Amino acid sequence: MLKILNKIRQTGFLTEDLPTDPVLEQVGEQLRAGVALCFHGNLAIRTLDAGSCNACELEIHALNNAYYNIERYGVHFVASPRHADILLVTGPLSVHMETALQRTYAAMPAPKFIIAAGDCASCGGEFGCSYASLGAISNIIPVDASIPGCPPTPLQLMQGILQILASAAKPK
Amino acid sequence: MMAHFNWLSELLARYQDEHVLVRRGLSRKLAPAHLLKIDAEDWGRAAQIAAEFGCRWAGVWAEQRGSTLLLNAALAYQGDHLLLRTRVPLEAPQLPSQTPYYPAASRMERHVQDMHGVIFADHPDARRWTRHNRWATDSYPLRHDFAVANTPLPAEPEQDYSFIQTQGAGAYEIPVGPVHAGIIEPGHFRFQAVGETILNLEARLGYVHKGIEKIAAGRDAHGLARLASRVSGDSTVHHAWAACMAMERAARIIPPPRALALRAILAERERIANHLGDIGAICNDVAFIFAWQQFARLRELWLRDNASCLGHRLLMDCIIPGGINADLSYDQVQQLLDAIEPLRRELTSLYAILDDHPSLEDRLATTGFLSAEHAKRLGCLGYVGKASGQDIDLRRNYPYAPYGELEVHSPVLHTGDVEGRMQIRMQEILASLGLLETLLNTLPEGEINTPWQAPAENSEGVGLVEGWRGEILCYVNFAKDGKIARYFPRDPSWFSWPALELLIHDNIVPDFPVCNKSVNGSYSGHDL
Repeated sequence: MLKILNKIRQTGFLTEDLPTDPVLEQVGEQLRAGVALCFHGNLAIRTLDAGSCNACELEIHALNNAYYNIERYGVHFVASPRHADILLVTGPLSVHMETALQRTYAAMPAPKFIIAAGDCASCGGEFGCSYASLGAISNIIPVDASIPGCPPTPLQLMQGILQILASAAKPK
Repeated sequence: MMAHFNWLSELLARYQDEHVLVRRGLSRKLAPAHLLKIDAEDWGRAAQIAAEFGCRWAGVWAEQRGSTLLLNAALAYQGDHLLLRTRVPLEAPQLPSQTPYYPAASRMERHVQDMHGVIFADHPDARRWTRHNRWATDSYPLRHDFAVANTPLPAEPEQDYSFIQTQGAGAYEIPVGPVHAGIIEPGHFRFQAVGETILNLEARLGYVHKGIEKIAAGRDAHGLARLASRVSGDSTVHHAWAACMAMERAARIIPPPRALALRAILAERERIANHLGDIGAICNDVAFIFAWQQFARLRELWLRDNASCLGHRLLMDCIIPGGINADLSYDQVQQLLDAIEPLRRELTSLYAILDDHPSLEDRLATTGFLSAEHAKRLGCLGYVGKASGQDIDLRRNYPYAPYGELEVHSPVLHTGDVEGRMQIRMQEILASLGLLETLLNTLPEGEINTPWQAPAENSEGVGLVEGWRGEILCYVNFAKDGKIARYFPRDPSWFSWPALELLIHDNIVPDFPVCNKSVNGSYSGHDL
C-alpha cells in the first residue's frame, strides 16, 4: 500500500489546461452555462461503435486519462443509452450494425444529441458506401455535430463535445 | 535454410506415402512461403496428414479466377510457411473441410462459405458466420458478379441462427451485445450459466463487417496500404506492414534498410502502446484503478512521442509501398531514445506493485485458464499462445528484415491464465524497449523509399509479420495496371476468439470482462 501511495504522490496532478484558444475559451464559458442549464451540471455520453476500426475507440478512451480528464466538465460515459444525453458514434455505419444503431438511438430519452466522431462516421471515410457499409451516420439518423480526424485526437474529440454543448445551451 | 528444407521433404514424403498427389509450385512464386498444389478431393486428407505431422494451421481464403475458385490454406512449421492450393469449379465449388483436423479452421471456412459460396462438405457446423442475412443466401460478395454497391436486403431480426442451448434446472441464458456497456467494439456473446458459473459461451461476430476484402479490389498499391492501416486501428502499423510486405514481394521490390529499421521502430512502439493500455485495462476490470490510471498515463506519454516524432499518435499511414512515410531527424532519434530509460524505471516500480498485490493476484491467477493443448489446437498466437506454452514469434523463428540482425527475446509461460497473459505483455514491453534502443542506435543512413513499380498481372505475395497480437498473414494478388485483385489479411484474432470461448468455461460471469480483455481479440480485424 505504501508503494502505491508513494507512486501517487510522485505522479502528482497531471490534468492539463486546454490550449489557450480564444474560440475554445468562449466555448468553455458557454459549456459551463450550458451543462448547468440543460443537464444540471452533468452530461452523460453513450458511445457506439457502428463499424469502426477501433482507432476512434482508443482515442475516446484517452479522454478518461489523467491528462484530458473530461469528467472535470461534468461529462462522463455511461453504460446504457437510457442514461445518455449524447450518442457518440464512430465508424462508417456497417450494414450489420444498422439495427443496433437504430435501437440504441430509440432507447435514448429526449432531448438527445448525436455526434459523429471521426472521418468514417462523418462522411464514410476510407470505407465509404458499399454492400456492407452505409457510410456516414447521418445517412440513417440525424447528426448534430461531426468531429473530423482519422482518428480524431483526444483534444479534437473534447473540442467537438464542448462545441455541441455550447450550441445545445443556446435557446432554440 | 537447411532445416526448413528438410521438414518439407519429410512432409512431401508423407504425402507420397498416403497417395496425395502434390505438385510443387515455383519456389519464387510465393517466397518465402512454399506452394503445394493438390487436388480438391485431397483437401481434407492433406490437412489431416499435416496435422499429424505437427503443422500449425494458419488460415484459408479463396479467390475467383475466371470460372474457378482458387483455395489457399496456410500451414506453418517452426516459423516456416506452406500454402496448400487447389481449384474448384465456380458452378460446383465443393471440397472437403479441414475443420475435422484443425478446429482453428472452422470459422474461417464459414467465412469463405459466406463470401465465396464454397461448400465444405463435411464441415461440422455449416451455419453462416460473416453473413447476417443482409445479402441473399445465394449471392456471394467476393465473387465477380456481386457488385460492390449492391443494395443490402432489409434488416430483419435474425431468428434462423441457432445458438447452443442449455437445459436443466437453474440453467439460464444471458445474451450480451452487439452493443456493450463500455467503449469497445461490437459483438454478440451468448452465455449459458448456472448461478454465476458459465457453462458455455458462444460468440456471434461479424457486426463490423465493412467489406474490406471487396473494396480492396481495384485499388492501387497506395490505396491498399491506406485500407490495410484501417483493418484494425490498434494494429495499423502491423497490418500496413504485412500488406506492403506482400505487395513488395509480389513486385520484387525491397525497401531500403533505413525504411525497414524505421518500420520495426514503429512496430515495437505499437506493441508497447497496446500492451501498456491492455495491462491497465486488465487491472481496471478487477477494479484496481490505480494501475489503470498509471498505465494510461504512460500510454498517453508514449503516444505523444509518436505524434511529435512521427506525425500521428497511432502511427497511421506511416508505412507505404516501397518504404515509409515518416523519417526521424537526429534530434527525434535522441528524443525517442531519451524516453526509454524513464519508462523502464516507471515500469520497474509499477511491476513491483502489480507483483506484490494479493487482491490482484487473487482475481487474475488461475482465472480464464487456457491449456497448452487447446492453445495448440486452436493455433493461438501472440500473448494468448505464449502464456499457454506456444513459443511462436516470427521475429525470432523466421525473422524478416530487420529482425534477422536483432536478438529477439520472446517470453513464454505455461500458466495459461489471465495473469500469464498480462505477464507476457509486461515482459514483451521490456524486450521491445531493448529492441528500440538497438534500432534507434543503429538506424542506417540513406533513402527511406524504393520507388514503387506495379508488378504484372497475377503477381502474388504473402506478407508475414509478428503483430502485437501475434502473427499477421496477408495475401495480395495483382490484377492488370497495378490494381489489386485480391487482398486477404488474416488477423491473429481469428484464433483467439474461439480460445476465449474455451478459457471462460467454469469461470464466473463477472470475470468475463477481465478474461475478454486478457485476450483482447480484434473485432474489426476479424469481421473485415
